[in-house]
Amino acid sequence: MVLFWRTLRVLPLAWHQRRKVLDQLFEIGNGSLLMVCILSLFIGGVLALQTGPVLVERGLSSVLGGMVGLSMCKELAPVLLAILIAGRSGSAMSAEIGSMRVYEEIDALRTMNIDPVSYLVLPRMLAIAVALPTLVLFAIPVGWLGGAVVSAMNNQIAVSFNAFFQDLRQVVDAGDVLNGVFKSFVFALAIGVISCHQGLITRDGPRGIGRSVTKAVVNSIVCILILDYFLTRVLLYIQK
Amino acid sequence: MNPPASTPNVSVDVHDLRKSFRGQEVLKGINLSIAPGEIFVIMGPSGSGKSVLLKHIIGLQEADSGEILIQGQSVATPGIRDQFRMAMVFQSGALLTSLSVGENVGIYLSEHRLQPPAEIARIVAAKLDAVGLKGLEDRMPNELSGGMQKRVAIARALVIDPQLILFDEPTSELDPLMAVVVGEEILKLKTLTQATSIVVTHDRHLAFGIADRMAMIAGGEILLVGAPAAFKDNADPRIHDFIYAELPMSQTASKRADPNPSNL
Repeated sequence: MVLFWRTLRVLPLAWHQRRKVLDQLFEIGNGSLLMVCILSLFIGGVLALQTGPVLVERGLSSVLGGMVGLSMCKELAPVLLAILIAGRSGSAMSAEIGSMRVYEEIDALRTMNIDPVSYLVLPRMLAIAVALPTLVLFAIPVGWLGGAVVSAMNNQIAVSFNAFFQDLRQVVDAGDVLNGVFKSFVFALAIGVISCHQGLITRDGPRGIGRSVTKAVVNSIVCILILDYFLTRVLLYIQK
Repeated sequence: MNPPASTPNVSVDVHDLRKSFRGQEVLKGINLSIAPGEIFVIMGPSGSGKSVLLKHIIGLQEADSGEILIQGQSVATPGIRDQFRMAMVFQSGALLTSLSVGENVGIYLSEHRLQPPAEIARIVAAKLDAVGLKGLEDRMPNELSGGMQKRVAIARALVIDPQLILFDEPTSELDPLMAVVVGEEILKLKTLTQATSIVVTHDRHLAFGIADRMAMIAGGEILLVGAPAAFKDNADPRIHDFIYAELPMSQTASKRADPNPSNL
């Protein structure tokens, strides 16, 4: 929380750090896009594959599109992508900052009166806070597409493309998509703070860097799942 | 940022400085007084607390007790780095590996927005030239040798136009020729910047080659402070052994050649 507060305090310096923000944005966003699309396609597909036959058996095939649509945008895309980004980018953040700490680069910054929070943490926080929600916006329609393809091609389900998306349009609205995007924004902040903090407190050489990376990923995932519950409660309450 | 320098150098006073790590006392009441503009060498064996002392002076570590004064002001005072320009050349060089040599050297100016980019480029080129590394702005730190990295770190410190410059083991991991080059750079800085220099080293040749005054530290305690000559004549076995210890090369070589291990 202290690091988050210190990052907020240096937010006015964001424009000066724009080049580093763009570098990080490219690293987190562009570097993860293909993986995110593949992951979402298969998540949507598996969701349709698991639930489709059961729904069809009970004569509820018409709700398949809505169910896959809602699950993707409110839960699966934000949570699973956050976990993916924690593993991919959170680990990279803590490793990079951790090695800078171990090899005295952060001490060198401090002797030059350069605040490591504004120089290292702020660009990463801003980048992940923009990149993860944007990736979720990409992932949601790709996940829907995966669900629709499986629903149409699987003989046990046999729900057409049109029927799938017609139901999806009836059930899912922009608020549901925003719900998932908002969740992913909060998850992004949590991943950023946890990973940068672990990097900044790294000690004891290369072994310490390994420990920091592990802690950053594990703590981020635990935090994402706990936050997901409370965010869902709050968002459900607001939607009422 | 920093106000214009009223003096090219500062004094440093250390009063009864104590520091422990995990119950082990590393600095046991250090007292030092370093005059403005002098090259003060802190010499001692590995693990004697030299680097820890240096990190306290630059404010990277907090003392358990005692005080460090820069030009009469405590180093713990908030904003002390805005008042005095201090720089440190780390043992490892501590160059930012993700930045080019030029970006490393100019980082202080660019991050504090003290000069426009064209002027920063000019200053960086001049500082690199001063340490004999002209034209290496676009190289990455990992493309340089250890000695070149140390000199880039010196150039980075020079950009600050420091009133106080600290060197942590500047010749460690360098071959003897490169160690001489780095020693000469430190001497050159004295005439160039007139800054106060504090050099921590266990390299006796460097210490006697550059020091105006020296201190010997061992086991977290200052054994002696004085001019280099005072160390050469000192009878304290801890000082004498450190300064005059030599590996008996010819004897060792002959023993190595002896096939009988019992003779070793």
